[in-house]
Amino acid sequence: MFMWIIKRDLLLAMRRQSDVLTTLFFFIIVVSLFPLSVGPEMSMLRTMAPGVVWVAALLASMLSLGRMFSNDYLDGTLEQMLLSPQSLSLLVLGKALAHWLVTGVPLVLMAPVLGIQYDLPAEALFVLTTALLLGTPVLSLIGAIGAALTLGLRGGGVLVSLLVLPLYIPVLIFGAGAVEANMAGVGFDAHLSLIGAFLLVSLVFAPWAAASSLRVSLE
Amino acid sequence: MLQGISLACVRGDRELFKDINFSLEAGGLMQVRGPNGSGKTSLLRMLCGLSNPAAGEILWSGTSIRSLNGDYFAAMTYIGHLSGTKDDLTVIENLRISSALAGSEINDAQASEALGYMGLGGREALPVKVLSQGQRRRVALARLLVSKTALWILDEPLVALDVMAVKLIQELLEQHLKQDGMVVMTTHQEIDLTAASTTQLHLA
Repeated sequence: MFMWIIKRDLLLAMRRQSDVLTTLFFFIIVVSLFPLSVGPEMSMLRTMAPGVVWVAALLASMLSLGRMFSNDYLDGTLEQMLLSPQSLSLLVLGKALAHWLVTGVPLVLMAPVLGIQYDLPAEALFVLTTALLLGTPVLSLIGAIGAALTLGLRGGGVLVSLLVLPLYIPVLIFGAGAVEANMAGVGFDAHLSLIGAFLLVSLVFAPWAAASSLRVSLE
Repeated sequence: MLQGISLACVRGDRELFKDINFSLEAGGLMQVRGPNGSGKTSLLRMLCGLSNPAAGEILWSGTSIRSLNGDYFAAMTYIGHLSGTKDDLTVIENLRISSALAGSEINDAQASEALGYMGLGGREALPVKVLSQGQRRRVALARLLVSKTALWILDEPLVALDVMAVKLIQELLEQHLKQDGMVVMTTHQEIDLTAASTTQLHLA
């Protein structure tokens, strides 16, 4: 059941690859614009890198949030999911996981390559990738709440950014902080542990909150 | 048994209906009638638990459907105006996935058989977006063939169907009613269904 929803969403993503690719290319282009505009000053680029990559990842994940539930809402499949005997929270968790596999994982895989443009040392690239690996699922999970709340509203796309971006701030601070700490020669374990804690908390609460919002949105 | 006790529906500041009472036994058919905008779809959405009545209560075997939740959904199939099919998935994928989400997994053979019965044989591998309106409707209704639920709530199931398909659905519904199933439906088309008991609910 849980596997069915993931399988379904991945199948849909495969049939509509343009949606996946736009998110990835958005991320690549935004991250690549900075070295081009700021100029080739290595020390400045190195300081900027973690922040720029993380902000670009937030925006890229935001870009695809609108599609998380709205297509299912329009063709009536969301209605059927609400009437499923299985728990709606579990379904939402499946959808958020599929969203992460489709939008989050490509970003994580791409990040080390993009980091090279910023002259990041190998160890910092590793920390950046690990932090993204832990942090991007949080973005999908929190994003699910925003997407569910703004379902069917006019101008929902802008509203979802206003709702969700402030909630992304802690992940951004600690995600970028981990890489900065590593480059400053300080331990980065604390930062990663905190992102892991965010992940656990959002795994428990976000599906439940998004499921309740969906019930309200569809009434 | 499905029971409605003094149900009311309010949309904005307009009261669509109030004091609706009914009781549907096993093998019973309830046809909801009324002009456009009289609240037929609103009533059906209440009955399947998608929205809450402004007043009154809906009981399934004597227990409120609010407190039953998953158990009620396992006994009920709702097919609404929206087909509930994904355009990018093939006909057979749609049927298998929607059945799995509704709690009864089926294999390819069962799905093909149901689609064949609905007159979609040979079209299993086509994406739904290339089908006509009537064919999409058939894909949605094919779910009834593979469902094991007792209560079917159907909102205008005959829209866009041709004469042959209407006949198929008629047979399907009568068979379901004969096996002690229950059907709640709205339709503007004339359809003769023999049932153990038939209730007509008129919304003004």
